[in-house]
Amino acid sequence: MRTTEDIAAAGLPRRVAQLLTGGHRLALVAAHHDERGIRVVYLFAAGPPDTRTELHVRLDPDRPALPTLAHLSFPAGRFEREMRDLFGIVPQDHPLPHRLVRHFHWPRGWYPMHPDAGPPPPFGEQEGPYPFLEVEGDGVYEIPVGPVHAGLIEPGHFRFSVVGETILRLKARLWFVHKGIEKLFEGRTIAAGLPLAERISGDTTVGHALAYCLAVEEATGTAVPAKAQQARAMLLELERIHNHVADLGMLCNDVGHGILNAHAQRVREQLLRLNRRTTGHRLLRGGVVPGGAVLRSVPDPRALATIGEDVREITGLALGHSTVRDRFTGTAVLKTRAAREIGCLGYVARASGLAHDARAAHPFTDYGPHLDVPVHTDGDVLSRFLLRAEEIDISLALVRHLADGLTAAHTVVGLSPAPGDQVRDGVGLVEGWRGTIATRVELAADGTLARVKPVDPSFFNWPALPVALADTIVPDFPLTNKSFNLSYAGNDL
Amino acid sequence: MRNTIGYAAVVGQVVVLAAGAPLLTGWMRQVRARLEGRAGAGVLQPWRDTRKLLRKEPITPVGTGPAFRAAPALLVATTVVAGALVPLLSTDTPVSGHADLIVVVALVSLGTLALALAGLDTGTAFGGMGASREMTVASLVEPTLLLSVFALSIPAGTTNVPAIVSGAIHSPARLASPAGLLAVAALAVAVLAETSRIPVDNPSTHLELTMIHEAMVLEYAGPDLALVELGAQMRLTLLLGLLSSLFVPWGIATGLSWTSLVVAAVLFAVKVAVLGAVLAAAEVFWAKVRLFRVPELLAGSFLLALLAVTASYFLNGAS
Repeated sequence: MRTTEDIAAAGLPRRVAQLLTGGHRLALVAAHHDERGIRVVYLFAAGPPDTRTELHVRLDPDRPALPTLAHLSFPAGRFEREMRDLFGIVPQDHPLPHRLVRHFHWPRGWYPMHPDAGPPPPFGEQEGPYPFLEVEGDGVYEIPVGPVHAGLIEPGHFRFSVVGETILRLKARLWFVHKGIEKLFEGRTIAAGLPLAERISGDTTVGHALAYCLAVEEATGTAVPAKAQQARAMLLELERIHNHVADLGMLCNDVGHGILNAHAQRVREQLLRLNRRTTGHRLLRGGVVPGGAVLRSVPDPRALATIGEDVREITGLALGHSTVRDRFTGTAVLKTRAAREIGCLGYVARASGLAHDARAAHPFTDYGPHLDVPVHTDGDVLSRFLLRAEEIDISLALVRHLADGLTAAHTVVGLSPAPGDQVRDGVGLVEGWRGTIATRVELAADGTLARVKPVDPSFFNWPALPVALADTIVPDFPLTNKSFNLSYAGNDL
Repeated sequence: MRNTIGYAAVVGQVVVLAAGAPLLTGWMRQVRARLEGRAGAGVLQPWRDTRKLLRKEPITPVGTGPAFRAAPALLVATTVVAGALVPLLSTDTPVSGHADLIVVVALVSLGTLALALAGLDTGTAFGGMGASREMTVASLVEPTLLLSVFALSIPAGTTNVPAIVSGAIHSPARLASPAGLLAVAALAVAVLAETSRIPVDNPSTHLELTMIHEAMVLEYAGPDLALVELGAQMRLTLLLGLLSSLFVPWGIATGLSWTSLVVAAVLFAVKVAVLGAVLAAAEVFWAKVRLFRVPELLAGSFLLALLAVTASYFLNGAS
């Protein structure tokens, strides 16, 4: 299922090109500090059938450098910039060698993921200027927005170059909430890693916790009971439903149609209470644990049917409203080709004609005939709205199917330690509600976490937002942003 | 005696306008909240907000000039003057001779202009953006405001607002004419746009990039913000009051007696509250149109106003 190849740095681009043309996508790149220097792991995934290929590259300990893959894969170029900022690995001939994670005043030459990095030093000399690209021309002006916004949303800085009301160019600068999560994982026990995984992005508790648990279980060679996997799949769908319902409401709110938002939030509240009855937490924390799943109760199919009716009525009213429909239709189109090149995931990709879904490509349980992956091709706000509405219906059917035969119980097995004392690693690929989450775990000989690298789908999807916004008008930005609804916390880590 | 009641009417108009404006806003928010199935903050919430803001220390952004500082006072002052002139309670006051239609519209525009200049004065992208959008809307709204009232001034033979209103009280047929109905539709759309309501602007949004009115006043804080909010609320009350005075004039005092003045005040409150509730209820069913569709909407209302004037002219010419 997962194959590992050790490869020399020089041969990397050729092998990666092979894999990419063979239908793989780059799922994750993670650097590791071994005793003998830095090792970089490239994880490629394809499916169905579920195929995972890892390339391990060892770097020169004195001058860590890699040939860039940016010309082969756009996300690879971003992973390389991330590694340069956190580890000091130089991507050679990178076409856009700017900072990504590093903030303006991080001291030069300090790399937080280095084993000897120590606690964060005070802000120091900048690593060179990093100006915004200035768009010049008659009547072009700039609108800086954020990182502190008027509403209760996460921090991000957006720089619009605008002529009149039309956006010529948008640059998003993130990583204001870089918390050092990868560093915080280091040295924790497997059990202590779970609460951290659950909090990578608060609205994706199940997604990140499940990806973490699947990776840990693969690393320890633990076989999880089928009932537990079924319960996990059900929790994953519950998370998808409550987030999608909130998004439907907020999309209506952003075009000034508040009443549908009021009702969507009412439905969401019912779902959160259902979550609380199911796992004891409104955001489903504690439901997925290493080795299994814990349920306090199983959702009532009748309650789910009522919620389904409610949501259908809300979407029907929204789509029947001529102004709401007009605002959604044709707004911020992300073309299929752009979505493919950027490497989009989740509903953003599926609204632009790419049928990526890890539940089909990398299943961890049997979904039966109920799993349906809807795809729209228009790539506008309306497509992303419709896709969410359809996914809610499918997820409700899946929950009813998966809840069948489940009982409120602890279905947990102890993690079995694998023989030998070499580094053990594992990978979890999960279709969270935003898209495919990839988590790669390496365990130290004593069973603690040596390295955990989670990748939220937002990392792949953020660059698509400015692309979709070209030639859109400024007042449509909040609506577009909401239709993408990307995570800042999951991206910044 | 004559002058006492007359001045009392003027003072009464201003007091009702200033004290009632936050209540009207609170009432409209409450109606909307209840219709959406929410509890709502209560009718008194805008007054509580005003009290809170007035207690804060005044803060002015660095680099702003007189335009920024004068705008809140100017906004409230122009609205107060317009409120004293327009026959909200009585058509027979010592100042009603000066209550020309063009003066009233100019006073309202002056308030808009003051805020737009203040938005530009802050030098921020949002201030400029809001000012530019507000001026785009204003340039389309003011002709409609003027034209739709012209439709009513043709039968009255004057542009003096109290004279138009008292004329309508004595011969209601003028209002039920096609010209009157077209004019009310046009004026209603213009009032929505002028007071930044849905579908043109969304008064409750926190999304800074979609704002029109709110974007201009983002830099205000404390007592200045209280004045700006009060000014905006008073403009809404004034324009709804003008709408009701022009098209449902019954109950407005035409003579000089204390009783009729009290009756007029009560009826004014009722009319504006009903109008506000209708507007709030309508907003529940509307959504905000795309910014580039706003000119289409306003051009439509201008056309209605033009038709109203034409109809008024020909119908009166025939009679």
